[in-house]
Amino acid sequence: MHGRTDVRRRLVATLAGFGALAVLVCLLAPLVGSTSIHLSRVFDRSIPFADNIDAQVFFIARLPRVFAAAIVGAGLALSGVVFQALLRNPLAAPDTLGVSAGATLGAMLALTAHADFTLLGISVVPLTSFAGAVGALVIVFALSLARRRGTSSTVLLLGGIAIAALLNAAGRFIQYLSDVTDTFRTVQWLMGSLDVGSYAPILASLVPFGLACIGFVTLPRVLDLISLGEEAAEARGVDVVRTERLALVSASLSTGAAVSLGGPVLFVGLIVPHIVRLIVGADHRLVLPASALFGASFLIVCDLIARTIVAPVEMPVGIITAIIGGPFFLWLLFRGK
Amino acid sequence: MAAVPREIVRVRGPKRAALLLILLLPAAVGAQAHRIISIIPSTTEMLFAMGAGDRVIAVGTYDRYPPEALKLPRVGALVDPNVEQILQMRPDLVVVYGTQTELKRRLERANIPYYSYAHQGLADIFSTIRSLGMRAGVASAGDALASRLERELAGILARVANRPRPKTLLVFGREPGSLRNINASGGTGFLHDMLETAGGSDVLADIHRQSVNMTTEMVLARMPEVIIEMAYTAESINKADLDAWNRLSAVPAVKNHRVVLLIGEEFVVPGPRVATATARMAAALHPEVFK
Repeated sequence: MHGRTDVRRRLVATLAGFGALAVLVCLLAPLVGSTSIHLSRVFDRSIPFADNIDAQVFFIARLPRVFAAAIVGAGLALSGVVFQALLRNPLAAPDTLGVSAGATLGAMLALTAHADFTLLGISVVPLTSFAGAVGALVIVFALSLARRRGTSSTVLLLGGIAIAALLNAAGRFIQYLSDVTDTFRTVQWLMGSLDVGSYAPILASLVPFGLACIGFVTLPRVLDLISLGEEAAEARGVDVVRTERLALVSASLSTGAAVSLGGPVLFVGLIVPHIVRLIVGADHRLVLPASALFGASFLIVCDLIARTIVAPVEMPVGIITAIIGGPFFLWLLFRGK
Repeated sequence: MAAVPREIVRVRGPKRAALLLILLLPAAVGAQAHRIISIIPSTTEMLFAMGAGDRVIAVGTYDRYPPEALKLPRVGALVDPNVEQILQMRPDLVVVYGTQTELKRRLERANIPYYSYAHQGLADIFSTIRSLGMRAGVASAGDALASRLERELAGILARVANRPRPKTLLVFGREPGSLRNINASGGTGFLHDMLETAGGSDVLADIHRQSVNMTTEMVLARMPEVIIEMAYTAESINKADLDAWNRLSAVPAVKNHRVVLLIGEEFVVPGPRVATATARMAAALHPEVFK
């Protein structure tokens, strides 16, 4: 009883701390950018929105970016936590089982084939990218069925790596066949970009991300037990196979939503869960929500730096996540030694 | 291998004739290429336009113009030149891109002369035509072609000289149906030069790059009065793509319905069709002058 109260107190403290950070960066990030805008003009109702440059910079250019960064950062961080716990491998990341590679392949196909259509206001590249992620998810699910027949988590991991390698090779082959301008556009997409320019792709990504979050809510306790070992978890009454399948599907949906929205900003999914564990410990009841909040905050800040550091042009956000996340992670690792 | 220096192209009168004579003399007495492989669309177009098409024995994968070039064997492109095929065809001149260092090394080892080319400004197109003409043994045709293009461009410049120069954003690529990953012409390169010749003022003139990856915020901040969007073919862009600009209704170009679509390879291939492309660009910017 005392332990449960202690966890609840730590959960409240964690949510308050990381939540405050997320709220702070969400409020500050849209105020800063490569151009100067006046808040009084942004909210000046006497100027029609169609003519209000400051309001359009705020509501069309910046705010969607902040929302997109929050979803992509949270989605990748949550997937990273689940994959690392499930596969019991600290190097596991959202791209480990090939979902990210599937999403990338879908985007590459659309860019190279010059596919051009929209669905419910969502343009072709995020659509095919998500379709690619779902395709990879089907393969991952088949792997989880094989797991039911006694396949070990190591084999699941290796199988996932093989699928990812296969999908990556298919993507590279398409890139090799495409002409220089298509390759250039593909490389740009691979660097990740959160300049979504409208709310339609954000709203669309909320559907798979929301479904994934429903799955994540049920996972913390069982992930803790599975982290100790499958046998120990089964002895405590956990249906390991079912839990794994739910975790795989949730993490894959979350990855697909994130990658189709912002491109493969891979470093976040690997590094954020470790940073959060170093701060709050290994309890997944704390790690999961903290990772979502910290992943969102981290990517919003990285995107803010990406769009201002070499203004008026900007840097790909994936480069900033690596430059900031790497040394920060090393500092956390060695600070107590 | 280097092109004729830009300074010489700018020189006029008897001085230029003397300089050209100095440059032409070695070409006249030296080896002239008869079996040319050109893997760059721009240089292939130049060779055909100056009457050296019959000397071209193979082209690159992405060469689409002129129609005669489509009948020739293809030997790869920028990232995948088929070196074995190139060597087998026994060329006496290979036109390569400046960044193809490995191909150049292999050609040097095989003792095959090459001409190294790179996309730069408008003036470089003319200097390339002249120097490539010399290498292909059609120096006077090359000079005539370059001079004709220079005259045509000077004519466009004169027609728009007294017109107001609208702030223009020149877009040559973006993600279909969205405003993501907008690639626009920066303050250097042939597209920038074409825009300035056509009577536009480049909104990205201060960014000294040939290509700028733009964001939505940059478009809003730069406030272009005209947005010119270029596409290879009509199939590569549709109405929904153009409608994406309507989200930025505060941008003058969008507000005043001055988002213009220009379709044609000539806008992205810096070759002999550059004057035609510039004239179309000028007509889009100054329709009242080019009625």
